[in-house]
Amino acid sequence: MRAHVASYDLVQPGSLREVLTLLAREPGVYRPLAGGTDVMVVYAGGKLAHTKFVDVHGLRELRGIVVTDDAVTLGALTTYTDVQAEPTLGREFPMMGQAASETGGWAIQNRGTLGGNIANASPAADSPPALLAYDASVELTSTRGARWVSYATYHTGYKTTVRAEDELVTRVRIPRIAPGAQGSRVHMFRKVGPRKAQAISKVSFAACVDVDGTRITSARVALGGVAPVVLRVVATEGALVGADVTTLDVAAIGATLSREVTPIDDIRSTARYRRRVAENLFVELTRKLKAHVGLGSQAR
Amino acid sequence: MVAPHVDVSNDEHAELLACRSLVTLRINGRETKLTIAPWTTLLDLLREHLDLTGTKKGCDNGQCGACTVLVDGTRINACLTLAVTKDGSEVTTIEGLSAGDQLHPVQKAFIERDAFQCGYCTPGQICSIVGLLREGRAKTTRDVRELMSGNICRCGAYANIVAAIEDVLTEASHTPDGEREP
Ligand SMILES: Cc1cc2nc3c(=O)[nH]c(=O)nc-3n(C[C@H](O)[C@H](O)[C@H](O)COP(=O)(O)OP(=O)(O)OC[C@H]3O[C@@H](n4cnc5c(N)ncnc54)[C@H](O)[C@@H]3O)c2cc1C
Ligand code: FES
Ligand code: FES
Repeated sequence: MRAHVASYDLVQPGSLREVLTLLAREPGVYRPLAGGTDVMVVYAGGKLAHTKFVDVHGLRELRGIVVTDDAVTLGALTTYTDVQAEPTLGREFPMMGQAASETGGWAIQNRGTLGGNIANASPAADSPPALLAYDASVELTSTRGARWVSYATYHTGYKTTVRAEDELVTRVRIPRIAPGAQGSRVHMFRKVGPRKAQAISKVSFAACVDVDGTRITSARVALGGVAPVVLRVVATEGALVGADVTTLDVAAIGATLSREVTPIDDIRSTARYRRRVAENLFVELTRKLKAHVGLGSQAR
Repeated sequence: MVAPHVDVSNDEHAELLACRSLVTLRINGRETKLTIAPWTTLLDLLREHLDLTGTKKGCDNGQCGACTVLVDGTRINACLTLAVTKDGSEVTTIEGLSAGDQLHPVQKAFIERDAFQCGYCTPGQICSIVGLLREGRAKTTRDVRELMSGNICRCGAYANIVAAIEDVLTEASHTPDGEREP
């Protein structure tokens, strides 16, 4: 059933300060509306229980991508189209562009925002695994001040986060590799869904692995759709770090990954299928690592 | 908790009536002022308040592209957009693309290529293509297909839609205007 249009309110303050003041005055009464690509779907379905929203889409303070020596910092209103157009992201953080290009179609990519994706906190969202794999941080801002939280500690449970009701997601920061860092980096992003475009993932996978010679020096592996939150599989990462790519015990580490994920049956897929896909994607990662060090040694 | 439906008490009703917004849009070249509930989508404003029913409602939640219109030249899904958030903008719908009897080049190409069957997706496809051309990113057939993903055609007229787009792209690259593009 469609929602009753007149029951919903939208206020449009002109500045970040005014929005934060409104959120602080009555925490929880007003909720942010950014691109609306999550909110409008719930609204059109007649299931939007919350009725008062504050438009943040016009806030200039939340736009823009800033590249500095040590990080790429993205405003909360950065769209998937913006992500794909940013050259530094394309060079150093290719999984951001890959995730963005597989998020919805052109309309969603032009309108949906990274801040909205993070705040909406769906465990099946596509950019969050890439953000986890790149060790991103999220800035939360209220009239009480701004704080940076590691994205790895942001999600606390199914659709719950550390963000307080008076806080906005204002920026996302991805640290760049320190100049002179040793070795090379392998990136692998996969979205597995019913079809290529315009479909929500069953499982998504993002891995960022640093290798020096054939030794793994750092590994961050994150999955969507296999737990109540987008998940970093830390035990799997632990088993990878320090290991030699040429002698990896793929079966044992794969079993560790399988124990770390807790997928469920839902409208999009089954737990069994998701677990199997997660395991297979891990095997694909190990193949990619092997190919990488093989090619790397030839090139040297 | 469930979403509110039509049954509201009198007190609430008075409050709701106060909750209306004035929006000014230039729609197909004509300035239009309307007082609407703030959660009126641009799609409902066009279809239900202005009888501009050329823009179609397919899914009403951003999946099909039938509601594609141009806002300040950029293609958007009108069903995902609240009209008040576009206050002051220029809106172009399928009704505003032709100049009198002179069809827009994309409209002509659709007729020449027979790029539709039932026609329900067509206004959205055509507006989306006009936006796509302005973006200037589509160079290859693959780009065209990728950058039109989001405009679904349930009749499956895709092959002819792509052919129509390529006709327009080729034509644009032969005109003096098009040659100035990088
Ligand atoms: C057809 C379709 C396909 C889609 N496909 C995908 C897909 O493939 N992958 C994917 O991950 N997602 C997908 N989505 C979901 C959606 O597009 C994304 O999650 C998008 O990034 C949401 O951003 P938004 O700005 O539109 O959020 P909104 O709808 O405006 O807001 C979403 C939530 O976040 C809150 N919020 C928004 N901005 C802020 C902020 N700055 N601070 C605090 N809270 C905030 C809102 O209050 C709301 O609760 C799809 C949606 C549609 C309609
Ligand atoms: S009606 Fe807007 S996308 Fe389907
Ligand atoms: S022509 Fe029928 S939906 Fe496209």
